[in-house]
Amino acid sequence: MESAAGNIADVLKCSHISKEFDSFDGTGKNLVLEDIDFSVKDNEFLVLFGPGQCGKTTLLNILAGLESPTKGEVVDHGKKVTAPAPERGVVYQKTALFPWLTVMGNVEFGPKVRGFKKEERKKIADHYIDLVGLKGFEKSYPSQLSGGMRQRVGIARAYSNNPSLMLMDEPFGHLDAQTRYMMEEELQRIWQKEKRAVVFVTNNIEEALFLADRIILMTNCPSKIKKEYIIDLPHPRSYVDPEFLRLRREITENMDKSM
Amino acid sequence: MKNKTAKYKYRILSVCSVIAVLFIWELVTDILHLISPMMLPSPAKVLNTLIYKLTGGVNPDGATLLQHIAASMKIALGGYTVGVLVGVPLGIAMAWNRKFEMFAKPLFDVIRPIPALAWIPLMILWLGIGYWSKVGIIFFAAFISATINSYAGIKRTSQVHLWVASTFGASKRQMLFKVAIPTALPMIFTGLRLALGSSWVALVAAELLAATRGLGYMIQVARMLGRPDVIIVGMITIGVIGYLLSTVLEKLQNKYVKGGK
Repeated sequence: MESAAGNIADVLKCSHISKEFDSFDGTGKNLVLEDIDFSVKDNEFLVLFGPGQCGKTTLLNILAGLESPTKGEVVDHGKKVTAPAPERGVVYQKTALFPWLTVMGNVEFGPKVRGFKKEERKKIADHYIDLVGLKGFEKSYPSQLSGGMRQRVGIARAYSNNPSLMLMDEPFGHLDAQTRYMMEEELQRIWQKEKRAVVFVTNNIEEALFLADRIILMTNCPSKIKKEYIIDLPHPRSYVDPEFLRLRREITENMDKSM
Repeated sequence: MKNKTAKYKYRILSVCSVIAVLFIWELVTDILHLISPMMLPSPAKVLNTLIYKLTGGVNPDGATLLQHIAASMKIALGGYTVGVLVGVPLGIAMAWNRKFEMFAKPLFDVIRPIPALAWIPLMILWLGIGYWSKVGIIFFAAFISATINSYAGIKRTSQVHLWVASTFGASKRQMLFKVAIPTALPMIFTGLRLALGSSWVALVAAELLAATRGLGYMIQVARMLGRPDVIIVGMITIGVIGYLLSTVLEKLQNKYVKGGK
């Protein structure tokens, strides 16, 4: 049974997080996150869905340990998050691959930094390159790959440290619509094969519904949690399934329209 | 196949421009005698002098062309090497460490706009007119470009790349060597090439001043003796060597800078 204090199945607990920055004119404070409180369960695909550009990347950075919250705390497996750690892998929006490294070099970067021997890290990298469907492209440089392929490398790179939690910051946001659908299906396939707890940020409702076990709807500026939806449609999901469309309408109606 | 033909066509264009210049040069000298040989000797005469200087001729300046080249290279590469060895780490350190930047950047910003040639009087005062004063001048010429470009290169390091490294548990040192320096590498190479260019320019100027050997010295003596053919041989040699050195650096860059943008 779940207890209020958080239970063992929780990978990550985010309690009452607020974050403010100094405003641009330096006279006051800008509140971007207000009282964000949720937890991520083991192997759960959680989508943070909300409009606008406000605070979502900041929230992911706080979960990753790259930034610290003004109020509240993040707890990962019972330990307070104060710095980044390999257990929390991050997939970024774009241009996050190292352009001077090959696909292989990018994917084995994490294991290399952590001091794995050459054969070991090659084995790890080979496995994840294969998982994301890039076998044969090991020696290509990011500049030689398409946007979708680059994001596959980003996913493989995040997997390479065997994290218990994956943080994804609108990873498909800059892809064209066709590639985006394909990558959503691919991510679903990869995730079904190697399950991890995922926190996925998006402002695309279709993407959210296609991927999520649970959707947290956020408000705009400052970002607060507005509502939570459990999505228990079977995979693979169809964009025209009546239940899918009903949820889509319901969530869209609850979404903040103003920017 | 078609590509090859196109490439060939462009080659022909390049050859044409060289031939055209040579032809006009020959026309105004040997054929029409429009310009006196004391001002501009004919291409044939220059070629003769080049062969003579290359095959061990020591007149009129007391050394063969290869000896002049060796003397110049010794100075240029000496000053260049020291300039780069100081400049690149300095630029990297200034860009990477905030405290060091605050400490060193103002000083560097004052030194930066001073042309290398403006150091000549001080260098002569401090180091005499021998080898080391010239090395000192070349040092400043190389050091400035090497520092600025390394500094700018490190500053281009992307925040997201640093995030990635830090979520992978990279240490500060690993972030510098595995993220920032690879980011900066193309600009560091640009700096090395610009430094080479300014070293070569400063070299000739430094040698015009006080020397007994070297390419700059050779053309200076030739001017005083009224030997424009030797001047032109010297200029061509300076151009060709500068080009060759820069090609070597370009090859190195292609070898070590991977992945494009």
